[in-house]
Amino acid sequence: MTLEKRAAVSFHNLTLGYDRHPAVHHINGEVARGDLLALVGPNGAGKSTLLKGMVGQLKPLSGSLSLDGLRRTDIAYLPQQIDIDRTFPITVFDAVAMGLWHDIGAWRGLDRSRSLAVRGALHTLGLQDLGERSVGALSGGQFQRVLFARLLLQDAAIILLDEPFRAVDTKTVEDLLRLIDRWHREGRTVVAALHDLDQVRAHFPNTLLLAREVVAWGPTRQVLTQKNLAKSRQLTEAWDEHAEVCERGEASVERISA
Amino acid sequence: MIHALVDPFVDFAFMRRALVGCFALSLGAPPVGVFLVLRRLSLMGDAMSHAILPGAAIGFLVAGLSVPAMSLGGFIAGIAVVLLAGFVTRSTILREDASLAAFYLVSLALGVLIVSVKGSSIDLLHVLFGTVLALDDTALFLIAAIATLTMLTLAVIYRPLVLECFDPSFLDSVSRLSSPTHFLFLVLVVLNLVGGFQALGTLMVVGIMLLPAITARFWAQDISNMIIVAVAAAFAASFVGLLLSYYLNLPTGPAIILTSGAGYIVSMLIGVQGGLLWQLMPRKHLEA
Repeated sequence: MTLEKRAAVSFHNLTLGYDRHPAVHHINGEVARGDLLALVGPNGAGKSTLLKGMVGQLKPLSGSLSLDGLRRTDIAYLPQQIDIDRTFPITVFDAVAMGLWHDIGAWRGLDRSRSLAVRGALHTLGLQDLGERSVGALSGGQFQRVLFARLLLQDAAIILLDEPFRAVDTKTVEDLLRLIDRWHREGRTVVAALHDLDQVRAHFPNTLLLAREVVAWGPTRQVLTQKNLAKSRQLTEAWDEHAEVCERGEASVERISA
Repeated sequence: MIHALVDPFVDFAFMRRALVGCFALSLGAPPVGVFLVLRRLSLMGDAMSHAILPGAAIGFLVAGLSVPAMSLGGFIAGIAVVLLAGFVTRSTILREDASLAAFYLVSLALGVLIVSVKGSSIDLLHVLFGTVLALDDTALFLIAAIATLTMLTLAVIYRPLVLECFDPSFLDSVSRLSSPTHFLFLVLVVLNLVGGFQALGTLMVVGIMLLPAITARFWAQDISNMIIVAVAAAFAASFVGLLLSYYLNLPTGPAIILTSGAGYIVSMLIGVQGGLLWQLMPRKHLEA
């Protein structure tokens, strides 16, 4: 990728995995600032692993990753496996207000302007009437809206979403996609792991096709070709308990110039 | 009627001391219990109460029935078990409940062994069941100090603690407070157990921590209200339990905990948050 813009995240021969077994390996490239990037690939392609690596939850097995001029706290991350206790007695308002952590930390209070910001986020996600409900009373789609409202308040420069639209109806998906478009217009960097290719073609200008390594990376239309998709399915192999030590220096990757 | 409720405390200093001690305990322990319940660590309170036994026993051996010695011993033993269990959890495949169980069982056996070899069975009964009617000044100050420290600490770590219960991975992604919060909270658990065991004994003290907290779940929809209800329930149980023990000549610790247990059963039946009787009387659902 040739880029005039500064990168938000750059990968340098990055390998991530568990117990020496790589889930993705030899990733090189840069996510440009302000990019709206879809992360696509079959199950087991390493999409979640790559996102975890970007937030720093997973240390690289080799290679490295840099956030150019940004800090970890500039990243907002919506994981796929959410270990949220939905029976916890907390109101929707309070759950969403936690998104202001970067601003209020552990001790500062919610003053008027911050309360208004929380109300605004609830309104944006269509949750304005549910503020006083407890989170346990919400449907799956409503709860996903709560998580997006919290993301909205986090006001992060980089937003990572791991399959944000699972088990969510079309109306909710449309609303959430509109919010993602807004983030894109505001110049934030958004990376989302997705499965619905039509959705990706319609809303995401750039795509990274992953199959344990980079298959193709560039403008969505040129990445999501039959040839590339077939290749990505072949490359995603099963976990091999007795895999040999990887001697490869750099992956052979089809590069597409933007 | 008023006389029956007030006179025992007016007439007898030991009853007043017991009431003050139990009220102080009721300010610190139930809020800690609320967080234990919400983190699904209810049984950890029980495990920890056993873990402090050998420390208390060693303190007893060194200094006799001395409150500071036994408390310090109990505190050290409790923190040691917390740290060891935490270390094993982080560095092996064992989960926290399993590693904690392993250490507290060893600790309990050690405690019983020390007390039985060196002390009499009367002493063992003191440690296990407490002596709420014989609280001296030192014990009262200790309980009050622990209650104060608990409330201050909870105020400081409240937000990260709530977040750690509700959405731990989010807390991890926005701050580094997760581990210190967890550790401080475990220190509070140990401190309150140590503070309570003079009065109620190592076995019963968990009752005043957890029963009011569990009761509160049936009355409050939001965590701050839950804490208020839990403290109120503990106050009521202390007061009623002491009176019952006075009039019916019952052992005090069990009387207080049984009163608290009765409160739990009543709440389970008629509590507004999912009480059983409300479920038996289906009301028509609302428009939205």
